[in-house]
Amino acid sequence: MSGPEERRDPQSVGRFDVPQQVPAPDAEPARRNGHRPAAQAAPTPTEPPASSAPPASMPADEVDAGLPGGTEPAVSDRPGDHWDRKVANGLAFLRRRLSGDYEVDEFGFDSELTDAVFHPLLRLLYRDWFRTEVSGVEHVPVDGPALVVGNHSGTVALDALILSAALHDKHPAHRYLRLLGADLVFRMPVVSELARKTGGTVACNPDAERLLGGGDLVGVFPEGFKGIGKLYADRYKLQRFGRGGFVSAALRTGTPIVPVAIVGGEEIYPMLADMKPLARLLKLPYFPVTPTFPLLGPLGMVPLPSKWLIEFCPPIPTAHLTDSADDPLVVFNLADQVRETIQQTLHTLLERRPDPFGP
Amino acid sequence: MTPGGTSGAPGVVVVTGVGRYLGAHVAARLAADPRIERVIGVDAPDSGIEFTDLLDRVERIRVDSGSLGGLLADLDVDAVVHLALVTSPDPQHGGRSAMKDQNVIGSMQMLAACQRAPRLRKLVVRSSTAAYGVSFRDPAVFTEETEPREVPRGGFGRDILDLEGYVRGFRRRRSDVTATVLRFAPFIGSTADTTLTRYFSQPFVPTVFGRDPRLQFLHFDDALEVLYRSIVEDHPGTYNVAGPGVLSLSQAIRRAGRVAVPVLEPGLSGAAALARTMGFGRYGLDQVDLFVHGRVVDTSRLEQEYGFTPRSTAEAFEDFIRAHHGGVVVTRDQLAAAEQLVLDGIRQVRSAVRERSS
Repeated sequence: MSGPEERRDPQSVGRFDVPQQVPAPDAEPARRNGHRPAAQAAPTPTEPPASSAPPASMPADEVDAGLPGGTEPAVSDRPGDHWDRKVANGLAFLRRRLSGDYEVDEFGFDSELTDAVFHPLLRLLYRDWFRTEVSGVEHVPVDGPALVVGNHSGTVALDALILSAALHDKHPAHRYLRLLGADLVFRMPVVSELARKTGGTVACNPDAERLLGGGDLVGVFPEGFKGIGKLYADRYKLQRFGRGGFVSAALRTGTPIVPVAIVGGEEIYPMLADMKPLARLLKLPYFPVTPTFPLLGPLGMVPLPSKWLIEFCPPIPTAHLTDSADDPLVVFNLADQVRETIQQTLHTLLERRPDPFGP
Repeated sequence: MTPGGTSGAPGVVVVTGVGRYLGAHVAARLAADPRIERVIGVDAPDSGIEFTDLLDRVERIRVDSGSLGGLLADLDVDAVVHLALVTSPDPQHGGRSAMKDQNVIGSMQMLAACQRAPRLRKLVVRSSTAAYGVSFRDPAVFTEETEPREVPRGGFGRDILDLEGYVRGFRRRRSDVTATVLRFAPFIGSTADTTLTRYFSQPFVPTVFGRDPRLQFLHFDDALEVLYRSIVEDHPGTYNVAGPGVLSLSQAIRRAGRVAVPVLEPGLSGAAALARTMGFGRYGLDQVDLFVHGRVVDTSRLEQEYGFTPRSTAEAFEDFIRAHHGGVVVTRDQLAAAEQLVLDGIRQVRSAVRERSS
């Protein structure tokens, strides 16, 4: 879009009226910015599940551009002004946000905001701070539903966010992981809205089945608070998997289960003790004491830079078990199988990572 | 004996709540249908004389809800549309106790009268998506089967739960009557005047801090259409009626060009309670709960059964904005102009800097 500007510059050096001429040819791309969301918005209201698919293909070229909402994909063959494009995109994004010109799905997922704000922040965290290595992404289907089941850790449920951002970046189809969270998350103001805007929803069977039925990728951590609230001494020991509600959701929709093992989350806030009376007072499931947390105050919220490894395991098909969704034996067996897979993968990953804070 | 209606359309229809906007429009719409012999609008004795031009073909009867029983039997009524619900307490007309009288006691008496009407074939009851209650453990999208997890704090929500309970009882006792319960999302539109349209008409809109609820609206004309079809066609059961799609509250406020003013939730609840006790303001705990939790329903059953899709929530809201552009603080054009201005400014500065350095 800054092509005309570049061509104009050599002949206009030293002329004072040049800046006044610049806006006219450049007005066009900015207007095009404004038109893009409207054109994109047209097909979405008719088919909400499809709305997550078209933007999914965009961020591929925007990972390096930094800001989403890029006007044209043919950026590379135009040796244009990189910064001008960034500024124009940023302003167009701001205007779209301020005028409400974006789409939110029925769960409250705002893909534009996720791409533009949350994923870039998480990218800094998982790529530069935690040096995350992801393997086995090919086990996550390119289209259609899948239930990604992981181990939970880290005092704060940062692993879920890291997993969703890393999966979105590394997956060839750049799929969004729709996380299921405890109802405590949705009780808290601000946090609840961040969770909804990034694609999360309450962990309950109707929501899980609705998302899976719509062909979405759903992420769940069956350990729940038992997983994130365990002491550092119990690190990488999978906790109980509850009633296996996630398995019945997968069975009822015939969705494959993809176990995922996440190593590194346990060291970010090593929990040395749990101040139970304080937790009861604040109505929290636990109150952590880490080497830094109550001691250094807000500084203790900075996660330690552990080395992260994420491995997706081969999917476990469930399509042949659709009738046994209410059979507790089948459900528990499958939950155990998932649990064993994750536990074993955790052990192999830990062997690959002798130093938790290594490079 | 009145000659019975033909081809599914009933002969004699009683519409309650014709003194209010929705009731008056439904009665007028039914009266315009030649297949329906008589449309009788029932209203409370002390109701005003609004909508008289709309209701010139409707027979209006002002009657106390207690004496409805004999009336329905005497009139040989085929169908009843029960719309006489009050969504928020009106301090000028008795406040919350009058609201409960109307919503709960009035509906009970209505249903009792229906039970004794021998020729009654059809009952259409206006309900609300408030029937799903509010809870943090609620699923994101309610289907008709979802049971409320917690009884709502707001008066209207509780009334709706009671009302639906009475309709369930009526269904058991009169299984020969086609009973349709329509759970409406909040109405919005270019002409409707509801608590929500008044809320969005203000230039500065109070919201709950840290909450951005997902909302659904129903265009008033679509509500009318669904009610009309429920009378002239047979659609037994309970249906969610809402515009497909979702707007978040912040998004709706921005689209309307208003400014959101976040207020802490306990403060807002307290203010709502205070306003109620002091007898002003029509915001109750119903509104506060809606703005904390949001409410989204699945409308696929309606679309399948009625073969009708209401216009989407975003379109319905757009129609409302067009009619209420008075209190707009920021317009879309102003934002676009500001964007262009900033962009041009940055470009000018950069080209000036480049010139100087070269």
